[in-house]
Amino acid sequence: MSNQPSRFNDELVKGLWKENPVFVSALGLCPALAVTNSLINGIAMGAATFFVLFGSSLFVSLLRNIIPKPVRISLYILIIATFVTVVDFGLAAVLPEIHKALGAFISLIVVNCLILGRQESFASKNPVSASLADAIGMAGGFTLALSMIGGVREILGNGSLLGYPLFGDNFEPWVIMILPPGGFFTLGALIFTFSWYKQRVENKKSDSPDQETTFESWVV
Amino acid sequence: MENLIYIFFSASIINNFTLAYFLGLCPFFGVSGKLDTAFRMGLANIFVLVITSSCAFVLNTYLLTAAPYLKLISFIFVIASTVQLVEMIIKKMSPALFKALGIFLPLITTNCAILGLALFQVNREYSFIEGIVFAIGAGVGLTIALVIMAGIRVDTELAKVPKLLKGVAMNFLIAGMLSLAFMGFAGLFSST
Repeated sequence: MSNQPSRFNDELVKGLWKENPVFVSALGLCPALAVTNSLINGIAMGAATFFVLFGSSLFVSLLRNIIPKPVRISLYILIIATFVTVVDFGLAAVLPEIHKALGAFISLIVVNCLILGRQESFASKNPVSASLADAIGMAGGFTLALSMIGGVREILGNGSLLGYPLFGDNFEPWVIMILPPGGFFTLGALIFTFSWYKQRVENKKSDSPDQETTFESWVV
Repeated sequence: MENLIYIFFSASIINNFTLAYFLGLCPFFGVSGKLDTAFRMGLANIFVLVITSSCAFVLNTYLLTAAPYLKLISFIFVIASTVQLVEMIIKKMSPALFKALGIFLPLITTNCAILGLALFQVNREYSFIEGIVFAIGAGVGLTIALVIMAGIRVDTELAKVPKLLKGVAMNFLIAGMLSLAFMGFAGLFSST
C-alpha cells in the first residue's frame, strides 16, 4: 500500500497530458468541436463534463461488484443520463445564458464516448480512489483541450478572449474560425502540434539532434 | 410537401449533421477507411435514425408530457435497444459486414447524431411525417459525408505527406475543407 499516493498522482496526471482524451485518443470530439467557438463555452462544457464524469465514475466504481456483466452498459448509461439530467436542469436554473448557448449539446454529454469509455475501461475495474483520480485527470484534460480549442477559435475568429477585445479596430476577424470548418482546422492543427512536440522529445531522448530539422525526415 | 422537401435537404446537405453540427464524428473518422464499409455504416445509421425518430415522437407525445425529466433517459433506452436489434439483424444476415464494422456497430448507441436527432426533432416540434423525413435526410447526410470522406482517405493513403501530419491530423484538415465546401450550399433555400 506504500505506492498508493504515487498511483493516485499517476492516474491524475496521465489524463491531462499523456493520454489526453481529445488530442491523443480522439474521444469526445462532438462537444469538443461543436460548442468551442468561444473560450467561455469551452470552459462551461468542460465543467459540465467534469461533473458528469466524476459522479458517474464514483457510482460505477462503488457498484462495480454488484452490476451484472450482461446489462452493464445499459446501467452505465442510466447512471450517466441521470447525472446529465441533473447538470441540464441545474445549469438552466443557475446560468440560463450559458445553458442557452450550449443548447442540445448539454444533453448530448450522455453520448460522449469519453465518459462511457472511462466507465467501461477504468471505473468498472478499479477501486473508488483510483477511479476518482482517473475521472479528475481525464475531465481535466478534456477541459484543457476544450479551452485551448475555444481560445484559439475566439482569438482568431472574433479578435477577443473571454469577450474582451484583444486587437485594435484594424483587426479583421477571421470569421471562418468560429464557423464549423474552423473547428476542424483548429483541432487538426493542435493535434499536429502535439505529435510534433512528442516527436521532438523522443528525438532528444535518442540523442540524434540533427534528425528532426531536415524536411526529408518529415516525409514518409 | 414543400416543407418536407425543405426539411430533407436542410438535414442532408445544408445543415449536414456531421459537417455543420459535428454530430457523429466517431464513425466519421473511425470507419471511413474503406468505401464499402463506410456506405453500409451509413445505411445502418439511416435505419436506426428512422426507428429512433418514430419512437421519440410517440414517447414525446404520450409519455413525456407527464414526466419531462425522463426525456433523456427514455430516449437513450430506445436507441440502445434499436441498436441491439440492428446488431442482431446484421450478424445474422452478413457476418462479414458485422466483422468489418466491429466496435463501431454497438457504438452507434453513443453516436451523438442519433440522440441529437431525437432532441432536435422534439425541440422543433416536428409532426410524425416531418420527423421521419428529417431522420431520412439526416441519415442520407451522414452517408454522403462518410462516403466522400472514405473516398478521399483511400486516395490519400498513397500520397506523400509529412509523417507527423499523416493520420488523425490530416483527417481533420480534410474534414475542415469538406465542411467549408458544404457551407457553399447555405444559399440553396434563401427564401425560407
